[in-house]
Amino acid sequence: MNSITRSETRALAHTVLELDVNNHAGVMAHVVGMFSRRAYNVEGILCMPVGDGATSRIWLTVNEDARLDQMVKQIEKLEDVLAVRRHGAEHEVFERLEEFFR
Amino acid sequence: MTSPQTETLSGAQIVVRLLERQGVRRLAGIPGGPILPFYDALSQSTLIEHVLARHEQGAGFMAQGMARVTGEVAVCVSSSGPGATNLLTAIADAKLDSIPLVAITGQVSSALIGTDAFQEVDTYGLTIPITKHNFLVGSTVELLDVIPRAFRLAASGRPGPVVVDIPKDVLLQRIEISIWPAPGVADSAPAPDAELVATAAAMINAAERPILYLGGGVVHSGASSLAVELAEKASLPSVMTLMALGAMPVDHALSLGMLGMHGARCTNLAMDECDLLIAVGARFDDRATGKVAAFCPQAKIIHIDIDPSELDKIKTAHVGIRGDVKAVLDVLVAQVSARLRQTWLSRVAELKADHPLRMPGIEDPRSHYGLIRAVADCLDDEATIATDVGQHQMWVAQAYPLRRPRQWLTSGGLGTMGFGLPAAIGAALAEPQRTVVCFSGDGSILMNIQEFATAAEEEANVKVVLMNNYSLGLVFQQQTMFYGERIFASKFKGVPDFIKVAEGFGWQTLDLDQADDPVAALGKALASRGPMLIHASIDRREQVLPMVAPGAANKDMIGG
Repeated sequence: MNSITRSETRALAHTVLELDVNNHAGVMAHVVGMFSRRAYNVEGILCMPVGDGATSRIWLTVNEDARLDQMVKQIEKLEDVLAVRRHGAEHEVFERLEEFFR
Repeated sequence: MTSPQTETLSGAQIVVRLLERQGVRRLAGIPGGPILPFYDALSQSTLIEHVLARHEQGAGFMAQGMARVTGEVAVCVSSSGPGATNLLTAIADAKLDSIPLVAITGQVSSALIGTDAFQEVDTYGLTIPITKHNFLVGSTVELLDVIPRAFRLAASGRPGPVVVDIPKDVLLQRIEISIWPAPGVADSAPAPDAELVATAAAMINAAERPILYLGGGVVHSGASSLAVELAEKASLPSVMTLMALGAMPVDHALSLGMLGMHGARCTNLAMDECDLLIAVGARFDDRATGKVAAFCPQAKIIHIDIDPSELDKIKTAHVGIRGDVKAVLDVLVAQVSARLRQTWLSRVAELKADHPLRMPGIEDPRSHYGLIRAVADCLDDEATIATDVGQHQMWVAQAYPLRRPRQWLTSGGLGTMGFGLPAAIGAALAEPQRTVVCFSGDGSILMNIQEFATAAEEEANVKVVLMNNYSLGLVFQQQTMFYGERIFASKFKGVPDFIKVAEGFGWQTLDLDQADDPVAALGKALASRGPMLIHASIDRREQVLPMVAPGAANKDMIGG
């Protein structure tokens, strides 16, 4: 699972996760640390403050693998994560950014 | 203008006041640079007693000992840098065993953070993966929110450790305070899904060969007597994880004792035959399940846990119920039918008769099992039993007649050598009326032996039973069994004279090797007051048996 090649990674289905989080230093480390310490790669990350800046929204695109349900449950337990929503890979948030990554 | 109730207090004074308001009456720690303002304020407290550990890891485990025997959130304190890194093992241990802890660490002043200042370390970053939550406090006024929240988080749901890292300037800054926040208390758990509980009750009623599988969550939630009630009403043979020992008296007619790697053969064989497994506050740890695919292969599974991420993590449950196990069991007990289950109980009795836990030498106090039994014979159920980690821990788990929840303190998930002595000291200080026995080994005891000084200073009523086999016994055993008897780095060539070491720390001592009447000497030593080392040599070749080889199925046990 940890040694999949880059082409295999591309072939795997992706899931887009949308997280509402408190906006302070360290929240991002809590979220991405949950993935990195399981050797679970995060393929894409976006984060911006929402409204008055008390909260932020984090968009993640990750591989859909057998551990994803457990990952979502673990993220939901984080104190600074207010909500987690799952979307399919077809969600446009990352597609619209593609022109910045050419 | 300040109103009459307004006080001007430093951050340090605020933390002390908040701890007092929280009901904290004892904490363990070691002072140093950035945490000194807190210590200065603590010196003025008439309510909180400070236990001066000799290593921060010791302070962390003392707090764990306090939390494990009382069920209340306990507090440990360290300075920045090495003080904080020394705490990490005790914090990680608390995370894996779900122990409510608040660790307060000093940090360099805000202006110095990120400059590689003297004794600066990223405590926040280091503790993210080993805490339920952590804080780096940004301002003095934030303390009023963070400290009660830390206690609430540590105690709520599945308990666990919370770190509060406080920069020195935040401790020194003075602010005006007129209103104090309410102390942080555990949130109430969401009510269990009534329909799922009804389904679970129907499954128990319909099962022919059910087994009740109790985990540490039963102890944490105070549900032990309800679990016994459920077992008795529905005639459920019951197994316990290492963490749950004492939840049901091990000599209860329905008890099959500890399951898993070092459980009795009858226990694992009964699980192999069960058609329904009712897991309560247990997490299907690999030492309990063995090869997961072969664990209770015929069984449907009911899994009850307060932590939703435990449901379906290792084994997919047929019914997964999120809830406080006490609340769930309360409803479940009412809904299950009283059954006698004569066929299943007689089958279990047959397995017990044919494949009991064999404890050779149990009558001989100079053998490992016999020593544990002799200690138990000198004590009643009011005694608290702690262990370190290794062979002695498994022997005690197998042989000690634990009968009371919170009687048993052991490092289950992390398996930390060095846990026993400081945890026992914390337990003895929290409940001074009890005798606290810490079984240890010559490997483990050296990992926190400096706390002999703390025990002597506090006159803690701790009896260390040191089972000395002059080796790292469990490593020696694994090398013997699985590494072609290539014994390497597990035999000690130099072994200290533990009696002299203990005497040097001001402890009373008993060397059972030299005692003409070991049982009488043991009785006298355990009845004494204050710290006492009881030393006994153990044959290095003795093994913990039976044993499931790592990765093997539980029904394929070696030995015993």
